[in-house]
Amino acid sequence: MSDGAAADDVLRAPLVIEYPFRRTTGPVIGAFLTGLREQVLIGIRGADGRVIVPPVEYDPVTSEDLTELVEVGPAGEVTTWAWVTDPHPKHPLDRPFAWVLVRPDGADTAMLHALDAGSPEAVRTGMRVAPRWRAEREGAITDIECFVPEAGP
Amino acid sequence: MAELTLPASIAGVEPVRSVRTPAHLDYQFTAGEATSRFLRGIAERRILGERCPVCEKVYVPPRGACPTDGVPTAEQVELPHEGTITSFCVVNVAFYGQAMEIPYVSALILLDRSDLPIMHLIQEVAADEVRVGMRVEAVWVPDDELAPTLESIRWFRPTGEADVAVDMPGEGEGTGLGSWPELSPGSGA
Amino acid sequence: MRDVAIIAFAQSEHRRRVDDRNEVEMLMPVVGEVLASAGMTMDDVGFTCSGSTDYLAGVAFSFVMTLDGVGPWPPIQESHVEMDGAWALYEAWVKLQLGDVDTALVYCYAKSSPGDLPMVMTRQLDPYSVAPLWPDAVSLAALQTRAAIDAGRVTVEAMAEVAARSRRDAMGNPKAQLAWDRPAADLLAEPETVAPLRRHDCPPISDGVAAVVLAAADAARGRASRPAWIRGIDHRVEPMALGLRDLTDSPSTRLAAERAGLHDGPVEVAEVHAPFTSQELILRAALGLDGDTVVNPSGGALAANPMMTAGLVRIGEVARRISDGEHRRGVAHATSGPCLQQNLVCVLEGDT
Repeated sequence: MSDGAAADDVLRAPLVIEYPFRRTTGPVIGAFLTGLREQVLIGIRGADGRVIVPPVEYDPVTSEDLTELVEVGPAGEVTTWAWVTDPHPKHPLDRPFAWVLVRPDGADTAMLHALDAGSPEAVRTGMRVAPRWRAEREGAITDIECFVPEAGP
Repeated sequence: MAELTLPASIAGVEPVRSVRTPAHLDYQFTAGEATSRFLRGIAERRILGERCPVCEKVYVPPRGACPTDGVPTAEQVELPHEGTITSFCVVNVAFYGQAMEIPYVSALILLDRSDLPIMHLIQEVAADEVRVGMRVEAVWVPDDELAPTLESIRWFRPTGEADVAVDMPGEGEGTGLGSWPELSPGSGA
Repeated sequence: MRDVAIIAFAQSEHRRRVDDRNEVEMLMPVVGEVLASAGMTMDDVGFTCSGSTDYLAGVAFSFVMTLDGVGPWPPIQESHVEMDGAWALYEAWVKLQLGDVDTALVYCYAKSSPGDLPMVMTRQLDPYSVAPLWPDAVSLAALQTRAAIDAGRVTVEAMAEVAARSRRDAMGNPKAQLAWDRPAADLLAEPETVAPLRRHDCPPISDGVAAVVLAAADAARGRASRPAWIRGIDHRVEPMALGLRDLTDSPSTRLAAERAGLHDGPVEVAEVHAPFTSQELILRAALGLDGDTVVNPSGGALAANPMMTAGLVRIGEVARRISDGEHRRGVAHATSGPCLQQNLVCVLEGDT
């Protein structure tokens, strides 16, 4: 197989693919997204009593229907994080930020979002964070612009 | 599904039932060797097929391989700009991105001396006069608009020659459009 | 159970960008090589199964186009998985168990260079709560790595050792894309890219192709002097939600290894599909590998990581070493999805 360097005779063209999807949510994911629109985080109680967020339709262990939606957070604790020095244009923030898994208060699992923290020195596992809500919300994960460090005591 | 219980904060509000999840992905497509050879020919007003060294069928546009024998098709064959309609449809429905006025005819055209029809438009004839077996020829854009794209052929139009009987390539093996003759073991290759 | 063996393996050289060939042009030489190595033509192949995803190059139904490269007419018995070729091999193995065919061709390919691969791969994530944030594959691996460091299961020093060993071993692999010899200590002086990951912790983006031929029992013995017998094969999946998983461990790999009978004998060689250095450490623990096992002598996915292909390459690399007589028993592992979401374990043995 030859290298691209020898491929000057090959034609190239930009190719743009757009998926203009609108997806139906079902009532459980719908409740989570409804909560985002209303500035609350919604989880669901699993068969063993754990609260799972974002909520899932079926118990991850027993696969039985889950029905008890509960409010959690919206503040919570960082369970792991990664620092992005050079954000991609598609990323949630246009300046260096941290990806975080956040376990909202009252929940037993964590959810992914961005954390606007200024510098990696300001981030650590276990730190307290809270969502920064967008002014215009439509019922989407991006209704949270990002998480931010919770104001000190 | 079982009845859900909602927390008070969302119990009385209109629920979200769907969400927009648009995605936009940018690619830099590369045509590969065979398609590049074909498109460079088109930019010179030439239609270049490629012949399988085993079964000797001529494929256009070439993809670089013979689907029967799984071998590269390296020998280029310059093809005439005339061919025969082997199947067609009349498009009466408008759709997003459509460049043609409806109704228009999209056809499979078997270029003379080739073994696989290409798809292109039929114009300069009323849609209800297009027939399987009709002889057609390529109508090219002016020289200064020629480019490595199949759009350098604007469409095909009738030559006025007498219709010919359509003998679909490979029909005995089941490639005839709309037909699916029974295969006997070991037929074809 | 029917005895099924890998009797031939071939792969392309893996490159960052193969511009001059489309997928079928990339595939044909490798399929030709693997069939010739097995002493077969397509007429001798009972079942063909491929693995790929059209999202990589943005070419819809490219897997149908690549079938032209194997000569699918008159119609062959054929299937395709939107997965790594290791899962295509699994389907072919099941097909051979059914007993109506004796041989199978498995191939897979990646042409990732036309797109923005880390962003393309976000399309496999939960479409409601994760994919709209566009968390790229490197970022997700970085989250997993931090969790593993916090849990005391991984250190950046051990990760640098994995990076240095893999790229050094890759210098002996003519198909590898990324090969160099630098001491691990030097690597830690490099800046973090997506902290805690450094550049050396990440795989290259690769265009490449791989293929194997499987044969059952007598068909294998008749065509290969030393078949690499599949003694056990199993695959398992973790929950989709990252927050539901223990990212510092790979319980699906552990279970697949148990079901595949990994621990029924010594493991002389392991090819582990770990695109990121920390993932090799997590997988070693899940597979229970100790110092007696040679791990990733090919350089692994850190030396070349063609999507949908690097897993089958792991199986082929172990099979080749068994057929060569270099080892008698080994394990290959393949992964798919973010942070080791799905895992396949294949135990291979040569005749004594």
